[in-house]
Amino acid sequence: MEEFALIMRHEDGKKVASPEQIQTWMKQTMDWIGGIAAQGKFVSGTGLPFDDAKTVVAKNANKIVTNGPFGEIKETIGGFIVVKANTVDEAVEFAKGCPVLQGDGNSVEVRKIARADGMH
Amino acid sequence: MENYLLVYRAEYSAMPKATPEQAEAMTKRWMDWIAGINSQNKLVDRGNRLENTTGKVVKPNNVVTNGPFAEIKESIGGYSIIKAKSYIEAMEIAKGCPILSVGGNVEIREVSKL
Amino acid sequence: MNNTELIPHLFRTEYRKIVSVLCKRFGFEQIEIAEDIASETFLTAYQVWSLNSIPPNPVAWLYNVAKNKAKNQLQRNHLFNSKIAAELKNNLVVTEVEIDLSPKNINDSQLQMMFAICHPSIPAEAQIGLSLRILCGFGIEEIADAFLSNKETINKRLFRAKEKLRDEKIKIEFPHETEINKRLETVLITIYLLFTEGYYSVSQNTLIRKDLCFEAIRLCNMLVENEATNKPQVNALLSLMYFHASRFDARIDKNGEPVLYEEQNTNLWDTDLISKGAYFLNLSAIGNKISKYHLEAAIAYYNTQKEDTKQKWENILQLYNQLLQLEYSPIAALNRTFALSRANSKEEAIHEAEKLKLTTNHFYFMLLGELYTTIDTKKAKLNFNKALVLAKTTSDKKAIQNKISKLG
Repeated sequence: MEEFALIMRHEDGKKVASPEQIQTWMKQTMDWIGGIAAQGKFVSGTGLPFDDAKTVVAKNANKIVTNGPFGEIKETIGGFIVVKANTVDEAVEFAKGCPVLQGDGNSVEVRKIARADGMH
Repeated sequence: MENYLLVYRAEYSAMPKATPEQAEAMTKRWMDWIAGINSQNKLVDRGNRLENTTGKVVKPNNVVTNGPFAEIKESIGGYSIIKAKSYIEAMEIAKGCPILSVGGNVEIREVSKL
Repeated sequence: MNNTELIPHLFRTEYRKIVSVLCKRFGFEQIEIAEDIASETFLTAYQVWSLNSIPPNPVAWLYNVAKNKAKNQLQRNHLFNSKIAAELKNNLVVTEVEIDLSPKNINDSQLQMMFAICHPSIPAEAQIGLSLRILCGFGIEEIADAFLSNKETINKRLFRAKEKLRDEKIKIEFPHETEINKRLETVLITIYLLFTEGYYSVSQNTLIRKDLCFEAIRLCNMLVENEATNKPQVNALLSLMYFHASRFDARIDKNGEPVLYEEQNTNLWDTDLISKGAYFLNLSAIGNKISKYHLEAAIAYYNTQKEDTKQKWENILQLYNQLLQLEYSPIAALNRTFALSRANSKEEAIHEAEKLKLTTNHFYFMLLGELYTTIDTKKAKLNFNKALVLAKTTSDKKAIQNKISKLG
């Protein structure tokens, strides 16, 4: 069994979602994760707020870049979960069920977790 | 105290292959940096390194493409979760990250409960 | 209560108190002596009370006799020299060997004993066995009955457990503030296992099984009543046990056969226990850490609400979604899928259920059969038949046969 990170990205985090849309999205996400957990394949997960105005990036020891209308950051991570799977294709099958894919420019990146060796 | 996700990005494809000594030195820098955060009792999750050469991207309508996410040139190399009083404090911690020395960057995001 | 009922009853309630106090006083290494003294006390009670009459205050009588036996024991052996003499050497003024059987010391000793027994270094079965023996005053035969085992096996298990505790030099004391949450975890697991043993046990003895459940509740109450251990997750566990226990009488019919939830006579649900469950559920809603007990208690709460609304099932579904993230279990996965069928749709649940692949579990095929029931009778029958093959007990097989015949 390997572990894979499923990184959810949405295109435009500034698009304001109505409270109902957020509720629906939350339920869909919880159900999606619950389904993976029910198969005994869930490892961990992290949700990130929609509010992208707070994305901060340290580019070097001094330069800090924050997201803004003309910011350099185009990809917006909405959250990620770690799942167990034998192959990347199995992990991809989990990813296909992610509610974030209901949005046109959105995507789920599937990356294999490297063996723990202390280095990133 | 809030939890913050640190996402490490770098242009891995453009990096020259490290010699064993360089790799070892880099590993030590990472371990020291993480250990430093841990000793301040600010490390929530050591996190993971992600394999750089493989990966898939799933898009709507079951479209699946190869490779790490390529819409920007840097790809995600790994992540950790720390706790800090504010973004400012999280920034200070992030400034010590070894990835900055190889032209990479650290994205800091406040974590909400899923 | 006459003689034949009184002594077993007192054994159940007082044996553990006496053993706990003596163990605390003399240390775990002397646990056999503590148990001997306690047992001899009851033997003496049996002999004396048969000849004379039952004393006006039986408990006080027992305590006095236990104290005297303990003092005799101490003065008789080198324990006096090693422990008490050492204390004297340290200038502690000890005028008399005092055994403190006050309510406070009894409570403290039992709690400390609980932490000592529920120690991660001994296997779970042994923890439960020792708890039943020392904390709950169960006889070896009763324990064997509960575990569907025999006296020799249980004796061996308890013996090894005590040896382990001695070897590891486990102290009978409250864990330190910083340690309490971690040690509590093990204690709660043991209490939960004890409850589950009673609730799901295949032992035919319903009285014993009920006893196990209520002993688990009693132990958990002790934790809640003590400030140091009165934590949210403890209240949550207590809540969940009360909720489950409220249906005890409705779960078995006159013939001892299990009655499915949907078919239970809700008049047999114990409303007092349900109230207690709700009371502790409220108390558990403190702080910001959600334990699996919190989630299970909330689910158990919804199960006491008979109304069949989509919202109720949606709530249960989300609780299971969270529970599975914390800790996976096949039963939770199956229950979650059932809740999904009620909250979302049967079709979606079937789709998810097929992914579970719990093919050695007859409940899995029962769920699939249930889900296919109004959708595809052929598939429903297929799955119920698979369940039939895997089911082990006659009552389970009967329940499945019922479902098949209802399909027509």
